Amino acid sequence: MEDLSLHLLDIVENATAAGATLVEIGVRQNSIKNELSITVRDNGRGMERDILAKVRDPFTTTRKTRRVGLGIPLLEQACHEAEGRLDIMSEPGLGTEVTAVFQVDHIDRKPLADIGATLVTLIVGNSDVDFRYESNIDGEKILLDTREIKAELDGIYIGDPEVLALIRNLFQKRRANPSRHTAGGRINGEIED
Amino acid sequence: MAKLKIEDLRKIKESKKGTLNLRDGAYRAKVTVHMGTCGIAAGARIVMNTLITAIEQNNTDDVILTSSGCAGLCSQEPMMTVEVNDLSPVKYVYLDEEKTKKIFREHVIDGKPVAEYALSMGSETTY
Repeated sequence: MEDLSLHLLDIVENATAAGATLVEIGVRQNSIKNELSITVRDNGRGMERDILAKVRDPFTTTRKTRRVGLGIPLLEQACHEAEGRLDIMSEPGLGTEVTAVFQVDHIDRKPLADIGATLVTLIVGNSDVDFRYESNIDGEKILLDTREIKAELDGIYIGDPEVLALIRNLFQKRRANPSRHTAGGRINGEIED
Repeated sequence: MAKLKIEDLRKIKESKKGTLNLRDGAYRAKVTVHMGTCGIAAGARIVMNTLITAIEQNNTDDVILTSSGCAGLCSQEPMMTVEVNDLSPVKYVYLDEEKTKKIFREHVIDGKPVAEYALSMGSETTY
């Protein structure tokens, strides 16, 4: 995985595969504390204790449980490379919460990159699942809740190109105006998060 | 706090009034992008967003997009499956942006499967 937005896409796909109807995503960056955290909480079927114990190991993959595979080990590796950690809590029947923590300024911390493309992909690919996304990047906040959007659209499909353009735009605005905290600046014309 | 503006959503709702909701089954073609860990690492998100842009640019109103998990052919990702009404479903492998655009144009819009990018089309043998 090249960046954290792809890891996020992958982890949320786990949640939807686990039968979640609501996935709540939180991205928080506090550069003063030098901490970036990504939390994915779902209301899917959750994991039993024995699966939870094995989920970080790519070589105990069981084909019938979709939640086990390379996604979690790869994310954990990305966390460890940036002096962070990966926490997983799960309750059978209630859901799962995955929190990935990174050091913001670690040289091996992957960039957040294109969160907008990840959300658009999730919304289009899982139109029967609701997503709540909330980010706070050094005080710069974005909130997106598909339940609110769907209520407002009143039956119009949320994956309509015009709606997706609005969603994408929400993230591009931020990318076009880097705050003073976004270290790194421009790399190949892209703004690094 | 950046949020979607309610006025913008209402405008879209007004402009779409009376159009068919494809999700109710009134679609001509369905494209499924395989979005497992393998697919995502290989570029499935690019495939999905290329399709979204193609639908937008063509004003296509009878094609639906969705995603699925790993299909077990991880080495051939990114993959997608195209199902056009009255045609057999076709799985495409080793996709990139250009291949996706060509498949969208020729198969999804014009109904002519692109054999060169398909998983097995034309390679079946009888023994």
